[in-house]
Amino acid sequence: MTAYINGTGLISPQKTADISGFLNDIVQHQADYFKCIEPDYKTYLEPLTARRLSRLVKMGITTAKICLADAGCSIPDAIITGTGLGSLEDVEGILERIHDDSVPISPTPFMLSTYNTISSQIAIQLKCHGYNSTYVHRSFSFESGLMDAMMLLEEKSAANVLVGGIDEMVPNHHALIRRLGHWKMNPVDNLQLLAYKTPGAVPGEGSGHFLLSSQNNEHSYATIRGVKTFYQPESFEESKDQILNFLASSGLNPEDIDIFLTGINADTEFDPIYFRMAQDVFPEKPLAWFKHLSGEFYTATLFALWTAANILKRQEVPPVIILKYKVQKEVRNILIYNQYRNVHHSLILVGKK
Amino acid sequence: MPRRIFVTGLGIISGIGNNLGETLPSLLESRSGIGEIKYRREQLIDDIPVSEVKCTESDLFTLAGIPFTEGFSRTSLLGIIAAKEAWSHSGLSHSAELRTGLISATTVGGMDKCEMYYHDFLTNDQRIIYIDTYDCADSTMKIANALGIRDYLTTISTACSSSANAILLGARMIRSGFLDRVVVGGTEALTKFHLRGFNALRILDKNPCKPFDANRNGITLGEGAAYLVLESEESVKKSNKSPLCELTGWGNACEAFHQTASSPDGIGAYLAMKKALEISGSEAGEIDYINAHGTGTDNNDLSEGKAIEKVFGESIPKISSTKPFMGHTTSAAGSAEAILSILCIIHEMILPNLNFSEPMKELRFIPVTKLLRNVSINQVMSNSFGFGGNDTSLIFKRC
Repeated sequence: MTAYINGTGLISPQKTADISGFLNDIVQHQADYFKCIEPDYKTYLEPLTARRLSRLVKMGITTAKICLADAGCSIPDAIITGTGLGSLEDVEGILERIHDDSVPISPTPFMLSTYNTISSQIAIQLKCHGYNSTYVHRSFSFESGLMDAMMLLEEKSAANVLVGGIDEMVPNHHALIRRLGHWKMNPVDNLQLLAYKTPGAVPGEGSGHFLLSSQNNEHSYATIRGVKTFYQPESFEESKDQILNFLASSGLNPEDIDIFLTGINADTEFDPIYFRMAQDVFPEKPLAWFKHLSGEFYTATLFALWTAANILKRQEVPPVIILKYKVQKEVRNILIYNQYRNVHHSLILVGKK
Repeated sequence: MPRRIFVTGLGIISGIGNNLGETLPSLLESRSGIGEIKYRREQLIDDIPVSEVKCTESDLFTLAGIPFTEGFSRTSLLGIIAAKEAWSHSGLSHSAELRTGLISATTVGGMDKCEMYYHDFLTNDQRIIYIDTYDCADSTMKIANALGIRDYLTTISTACSSSANAILLGARMIRSGFLDRVVVGGTEALTKFHLRGFNALRILDKNPCKPFDANRNGITLGEGAAYLVLESEESVKKSNKSPLCELTGWGNACEAFHQTASSPDGIGAYLAMKKALEISGSEAGEIDYINAHGTGTDNNDLSEGKAIEKVFGESIPKISSTKPFMGHTTSAAGSAEAILSILCIIHEMILPNLNFSEPMKELRFIPVTKLLRNVSINQVMSNSFGFGGNDTSLIFKRC
């Protein structure tokens, strides 16, 4: 099954909301985590709606609208969202006062705190009554949504599926996860990220939407040729086999991959998996990364998919993503490989349309 | 011919029983699990009735068959108990040839522990291990690890239709050939977060809920977990077992109306039921019983009722909401009620809509109020509708 990416919309810690550019004006962050560069929501939302909704939902609706406008599609047949953590802002507001029964909980944050709020608010905005679902499984959230979308196309129950991923970071959650040792202890410079030889990643955030369609058209960026997730591999060899089998199921071998776009995140504990995979399976192939631009979050691969789609459409490779071996020829296939702490692994194969 | 999907195992824990064997007598004797909070008085607000699982945390570890370990939420324990029961009920064993998945649903994940320890999280390291239970995937991972499932796993959260969507996704993944067998369902523990949140929306009844009653006053929350095992025809043949029933239809649609209210005409519910009938290849008249979402709120019961009337016209099947038995278990409700629907097929019965006394003027039908036995049921529709207008209908068929 092949799905065409016919539109994209992305808000990230880079200037990606404006679809005319493509990572040609890189934003430097010197911080504990990389926050999104948010557009002026007035362009996308009624002022009343904008005031009522939380930041995450506003980002989600906005990237959905950017994506649909880009694709020239007014209303999709289905809406699917992946979010690892949902609206942290709304939940934390409630948790802070949960035990004090004398302080009332206000209904709006509770309503907005449910994970499916983004998908359903997009549906309300678009008046879309079609299939609607939300995946909330850590770093499988976005990939589960992509797989569902591709099944919908294959079943012919939809011709155009709006699929997105979204996660935000807030100070309290950042502090908690840092206490678990998953984040770096001190602020970093994103443009020097690999110079910090310490365990832990650096969080980021993002909201991205893609219109996946069964039909190729003049808006098409690229195709998604396959998506796969695998869980808790017992060894490096198992991960390697998963990758080789995944490529083989699309009739490809490692030689056909023009860019190996990985989730390298400067965590000295888990990055070696990527480097070893690059060396073992894709020797001398261009090795790329993106998390110095996006930061780490459960749905971070949406940034990678957006990058891959743009490379394939424009045939332009932003130098900032290349770690090793320059791209010398036409880019036909990009393999996105992501793993979070060696538990959740995912693969997205993106091809030239 | 599209691949057929069979149900081969069931597992459930709720306010009316810790397993399938305890659940059935409660259903037959119209015993509700709703009452005042007893097991977690410290944590939960106590002037609103709920349907608690009648277990302490230590009981749950025993039922789950694991020694007490820090880092387990009540949500995870309930999920492990019900999923293990479904697995053994189906007689599944690990197989290298068959691809096995787990699709689990939850709305607030491990909130039961996080809300208790949130202050600790922010100020000290005492409860640090519970930080990782905050999200929805934690319980799914713990269930997958308990069952040894690695081929595919994901978590769905579409509020009160979550586990119905887990069933729907499982069916589609078998039909598409992606999986051969899949454990599907949902788990949800009662939390102060939900109790206070729903209370803020003013939709919790001070008395046990009475769906489809003219004087209905809101939801009664419950907790529980329920999982089904779905298998492809080939997988069923390999193990030479007789399936419990067939899952023939599923429909997912969105109200696109309001974050927490359903539209007056129930457009989402209508579309979900229509799609389920279409996929099933069933005529509306072939449905013998509808296990309604029937939450007991003004809004849901009216719009669901209107949508049912629109789909079924003059031949409205027998209908009941079983929420007065186990309360509204939110994310677990879809799979819990799918199991009750399947029990109706197996035991040739229709479950009563407890607590009903006065018909709604707006509707042409009244629900079944007394248990009906020896009724032949071939096809059952199970409805699950959620906040955000995420509406899903499923159709199970005798085989």
